[in-house]
Amino acid sequence: MHPIRKKRLTIVLFLLVGLSVAVALTTYALRQNINLFYDPSQISAGEAPVDVRIRAGGMVEEGSVVRDPDSLKVAFMVTDYSASVPVEYVGILPDLFAEGQGIVAMGRLNNEGRFVADQVLAKHDENYMPPEVADALEKASKAGSKPAAVNAAPATY
Amino acid sequence: MYPELGQLALILALLLAVLLSVVPLVGSLTGRDNLQAFARPLTTGMFVFVGLAFAVLTHAFLTDDFSVAYVANNSNSMLPWYYKFSAVWGGHEGSLLLWILMLTGWTMAVAIFSRRLPSVMISQVLSVLGMVSVGFMLFIVVTSNPFDRLLPNVPADGADLNPLLQDFGLIVHPPMLYMGYVGFAVAFAFAIAALINGRLDAAWARWSRPWTTVAWAFLSVGIALGSWWAYYELGWGGWWFWDPVENASLLPWLSGTALMHSLAVTEKRGVFKSWTVLLAIVTFSLSLLGTFLVRSGVLTSVHAFASDPERGTFLLALLAFTIIASLTLYAFRAPVVHVRSRYGSLSREIFLLLNNVLLVSATLLVAVGTLYPLVLDFFDLGKISIGEPFFNLTFSPLAVAAALLLGVGTFSRWKKTDAGWLARKLLWPLAISVLISTAVMVVYGGFKPWAFLGVFSAVWITTATFWDLWDKSSSRKGRIHGLKRQSRSYYGMILGHLGIALTIAGATVVSNYGIERDVRMVPGDIAEVGDYQFVFVGIGERQGKNFTAQYGSFNVMRDGERVAELHPEKRQYAVGMSVMTEADIDGGLFRDIFVAVGERISDNAWAIRLQYKPLIRWLWLGALFMAAGGFLAISDRRYRVRERVAERSGASTELPPAQTDAPGTAGAVS
Repeated sequence: MHPIRKKRLTIVLFLLVGLSVAVALTTYALRQNINLFYDPSQISAGEAPVDVRIRAGGMVEEGSVVRDPDSLKVAFMVTDYSASVPVEYVGILPDLFAEGQGIVAMGRLNNEGRFVADQVLAKHDENYMPPEVADALEKASKAGSKPAAVNAAPATY
Repeated sequence: MYPELGQLALILALLLAVLLSVVPLVGSLTGRDNLQAFARPLTTGMFVFVGLAFAVLTHAFLTDDFSVAYVANNSNSMLPWYYKFSAVWGGHEGSLLLWILMLTGWTMAVAIFSRRLPSVMISQVLSVLGMVSVGFMLFIVVTSNPFDRLLPNVPADGADLNPLLQDFGLIVHPPMLYMGYVGFAVAFAFAIAALINGRLDAAWARWSRPWTTVAWAFLSVGIALGSWWAYYELGWGGWWFWDPVENASLLPWLSGTALMHSLAVTEKRGVFKSWTVLLAIVTFSLSLLGTFLVRSGVLTSVHAFASDPERGTFLLALLAFTIIASLTLYAFRAPVVHVRSRYGSLSREIFLLLNNVLLVSATLLVAVGTLYPLVLDFFDLGKISIGEPFFNLTFSPLAVAAALLLGVGTFSRWKKTDAGWLARKLLWPLAISVLISTAVMVVYGGFKPWAFLGVFSAVWITTATFWDLWDKSSSRKGRIHGLKRQSRSYYGMILGHLGIALTIAGATVVSNYGIERDVRMVPGDIAEVGDYQFVFVGIGERQGKNFTAQYGSFNVMRDGERVAELHPEKRQYAVGMSVMTEADIDGGLFRDIFVAVGERISDNAWAIRLQYKPLIRWLWLGALFMAAGGFLAISDRRYRVRERVAERSGASTELPPAQTDAPGTAGAVS
């Protein structure tokens, strides 16, 4: 074969192999690391998988935050005003975590239907509403739950 | 009165930008010099009027003119003056104005420093930059006017700057980042101009190279500052979250790094031309994509100020237009490759090609991880997030591979490298690197495969770099003479590569050997973190300028001796009543000790975060090295000497082909 053509062929082969390895790795990594979002209604309806890392989000229910005085354990309810899910967390909560605030938590659902979070996010701004939470609230309010929710959603968004 | 003047200045700048994007271009295509002569005056005018608008907005902030809506939303009379100043770019409208100021500033710089360029080229480059300016100025004038008034109901005081942004980091982070983002517009403009007039040669590569390098240097600093700011200001000690907003800035950096390296090959050897042009287009498009992601509100973060759908649509249209137009031009005008230049399968060209393949793969990877959730969401296919594990898993191997190649490539020669010679060259550096990396593992206690690979990569780059310097600087007139003989761009390359080694070392060690503990503490408690004991002394209160703070007092002990006394704070801002965690850090070259106060658990018990962060400073130090390397490289004599020669000869601005370069500068690549 002509040396230049041979060289080009090597380069093309090289690129092809590299590309397919990259695509394979990426798909594999993606499949392992995608976290699906579920809102409280979906979770309490049993739509969310148990013991798979997922995200859940909603508003922290007023008066539901219970702290263990001897450790960093904290438990609270997350609601979309039509259903609520109990959440457990061990660690430091973000500054903007408060009752009545929108949050997103990462973690796993256990067999008793409690959400064991390893990460709780309440973003940087007091006016901020995680888009998932906003959507969840909107969906729940459209489903015809408490009329209060209709006001709650746009007020914070 | 003033704000209206500011708006008027902006509109005038927009008109000048429209003229700039048409007149010189038409002149260059029809060969009419009198039209081309407008390029520089129009550029100056545009820059001056944008500068004026920026000055007016700054004035409004410093004088607390709350009749301007943007000032009222982002400032407060209680802010210290320097935060009032940095609040100018603390929100959407102002940061966009800063962006435009920088864009026109870069355009101005091109007009000033490119006297030796053929006038056709300079007219087209400035015109393209004018077009980019038109896009952004239209955006600001139509959708995001920073001078909108709140009349007649002028608020008594402003809503305050987000406390997270009241920090030195914010004063410098956005300007640096924007300098980088916008700087790639220059490389883009050069690429488009070259496509328009079909002059895609070594001279073109030489012209756009320093601009790309400077932009890249600024972007490196900007990203590092952002990471540093997140580390100490967000309060939780992380330095990179693979957050879409961070990724948005990493994308142009990765492809910009690839561009810098492929420009080197194009300049020195005249190959990879079409690839380089494509990279220039891609890099600037990624800068635009970053702007779109961050500013449109599709992502929510501290950076997304407004989720006004109109703005998102406008930016998306701008992005789409840029990409489609430039790729169309590329499709029709990119050179049909019949490069006669030969290079072997083991040559510097190939190593730089591999470098590009790896960097572009990394870019694609980060792009997929960032955009995939957005695309799914847009088509209503579910809400997902892709977290750190994905990026760590896929990005790390690419980084290690690039680092290993870098070490080998350092010794490679243009055209052809003898395999046996190269292998012999690598033997000693390899041995030294294995030895040092093993020693590092022992020091930090415990072998971890990824930690070893990371540390090895860093040491490998360092050893190879210094080995090569030692080789090149050997001279019969002595070592000093040999060292002096090396060009500045070679030293720039050395600094850049040492920088990436530092960053890799820092990132690897801190993520593998750092310790984080969240504990509940009451005054008097002692917590152990690695070799350190943290004694919680108590909680106090103090009054800041615009906040009250509760602070914890901690003594950090090691082997019975006090290492540091730290006072992390929990601040309550008077305006807006927001709460902020201010961590306290005892910084050092080899380790940081980090304490942050979480919430109060019961009467006197607090949640406390304690961290030991080995080598974390190296991360950012590395970025500074890289930037310094970039600036050193562009101060190289060959850029100035040629200029003087060109000025003396007056007429001919044609540069000699790059292949005739002295062998001394030929090493100054990659």
